[in-house]
Amino acid sequence: MTAVLQILFDALAVGSIYALGALGIALIFGVMRLVNFAHGDYIAFCVFAMLVPSTDVVAIVLIGKLPAILLIPIILLIGAVISVLSEMLVFRHLRNANPATMMICSFALGFVIQHVLLMFYSSRPKAINLWSNLSLPVEIFGARIPLLQLLTIIITFVILVALMWFLKRTRYGLEMRAAAEDFTMARMLGVRANRVIMTAFAVSGLLAASIGLILATQTGVADIRMGMPIMLVAFVATVIGGLGSLPGAVICGLLIGAASVLLQVFLPLDARPFRDAFLYSAVILCLLWRPDGIFAPRSAKQRV
Amino acid sequence: MKQPQSVLAKTISTPVILIALLVVIAILTALFGSGSFARTVTEIFIRVAFVVGLYIFIGNSGVISFGHAGFMCIGAYAAAWFTVPPMMKKVLLPGLPEIVSNAQLPFLGSLVLSSFLAALVALLVGLIMMRLAGIAASIATFAFLAVINTVYANWESVTAATSSVVGIPMVTGVWTSLFGASAAILIAYFYSISRWGLALRAARDEDIAASASGVDIYRQRLISFVISAFVCGMSGVLYAHYLGVVNPDAFYLGITFISLSMFVVGGMSSLSGAVLGVVIISAIIQILRWFEKGIDIGGLTLELPNGIQEIAIGVVMIVILVFRPAGLLGKREVLLKGWPFKRRTAD
Repeated sequence: MTAVLQILFDALAVGSIYALGALGIALIFGVMRLVNFAHGDYIAFCVFAMLVPSTDVVAIVLIGKLPAILLIPIILLIGAVISVLSEMLVFRHLRNANPATMMICSFALGFVIQHVLLMFYSSRPKAINLWSNLSLPVEIFGARIPLLQLLTIIITFVILVALMWFLKRTRYGLEMRAAAEDFTMARMLGVRANRVIMTAFAVSGLLAASIGLILATQTGVADIRMGMPIMLVAFVATVIGGLGSLPGAVICGLLIGAASVLLQVFLPLDARPFRDAFLYSAVILCLLWRPDGIFAPRSAKQRV
Repeated sequence: MKQPQSVLAKTISTPVILIALLVVIAILTALFGSGSFARTVTEIFIRVAFVVGLYIFIGNSGVISFGHAGFMCIGAYAAAWFTVPPMMKKVLLPGLPEIVSNAQLPFLGSLVLSSFLAALVALLVGLIMMRLAGIAASIATFAFLAVINTVYANWESVTAATSSVVGIPMVTGVWTSLFGASAAILIAYFYSISRWGLALRAARDEDIAASASGVDIYRQRLISFVISAFVCGMSGVLYAHYLGVVNPDAFYLGITFISLSMFVVGGMSSLSGAVLGVVIISAIIQILRWFEKGIDIGGLTLELPNGIQEIAIGVVMIVILVFRPAGLLGKREVLLKGWPFKRRTAD
């Protein structure tokens, strides 16, 4: 029983991070058909924003020293700002470009962010010490679970509820959902395109920043490439969830996290290094089964 | 009344000009370039072959593929299997089948055989994946790349896992890679003017009209996928024989994204765009590298700080795409009208 609980919590914790990432990507895809490959680099940027630029192995923490009550809002703000800035500087000028062009631009932007970080911080991963007492285990029904894992799950849950409230109950949320459904139609009915897109970028940046905070606490390492794997899994989750479907993105993020933990546990020892091969084969099968995604919104269907 | 010109006569100047451009670069390198410059040019030619391979599939089908670095990986490792001396292979890669580990093929034999292996894998994978379209197909190709990378990075006895396979004869130089790039351009050109290429481009632009006109989109995609995998596999073989070592991480996300960027910046739907995108972006990278090392201009040494090169190249790509969203060439090809035959009179 405790073993099952342990696996369940592991799966949920890994899945929550993917779900947050997938949500950040799906939000932007929904309003402007952009697959934002720079999302992973926003995550790394937020983590490095806490450190003093240096090439040392052990990072000197600058704003990371602030009490949590100040630090968290500041990092979230940094995430939102870099995300909105990238919209204003890059993506705004590509409104009518085809999706491939936008995707490559987002990749080029991520490349630039990565190498700016590289210039100031060097490529060596750095140890950072952020709320290390959170990794102490707590006992729930006999299973020993790191406090942080529990927190990750709770935080994700809170963010999801808050976002749901934002999307369902506020004017901005309504506009955003309308824009995700049919952008041209929404504009005709008086939704301001740029405002909706900026809001989407801001929320997506907030999500990236929260992933950054969770990851930095969890691993204790700041690495320039830390966002990339999350971004890729999140991207896959967004597509098999049905592009443009926010609940789909979240559920598939959780599913992929759960699947990777379960494969890790239940695969025979010899096959375990090949875990990702099994995982991605499952992704291909899933796409063959539902090419439009498991939770594709009806608007995604092309009409002839 | 004159016979209308054939497609071949109208467009043959495109591959001729592109190959001529590469030949000129190769000759200039041979005459004036240093050894390290020759290595850079070799790398550019190999990249040209790879991106032209991408063009065969992505350019004609309109489906973005993230998976073609996987075929490069397959080609490169197959080259290692076929050309590393048997003595070394038995120690390094004990899991290889007897017939492979005893063999040591010459370069050309390994080139053809390894490229065919990549094409064969593409056929098997494509049979499943080419049913998909649009972004689902893109993700499926990415998943394929991840599978290939995981397998090659962990299959200790056949690929030496994450440690590099060494001992591949280093025979790729400027001229070999020029041959490879030219072969790639010719394959891509003849494919794109064939009825297959035409059918696939029709399906790219108007899929419903094309299938109503009898184009079997699945079949056409599969054909183009296999041919492009062959070319990408070939570029992988060249790369293995250029470096002398292969390592699975050389064929993963880094090369996928930078090659796709060069391709899109050049112009996604054009063979000339694929070639020129690589040549232009690589040239800018090389110039920036020189600036990083320091350049004398009228007694003044201009030196850029390290790391500026990558940042600048990212910014340059964004700027190009902002001003030319369809890439530098868009859908156009470099073309001499009427060449090599007489210009057709206006009718």
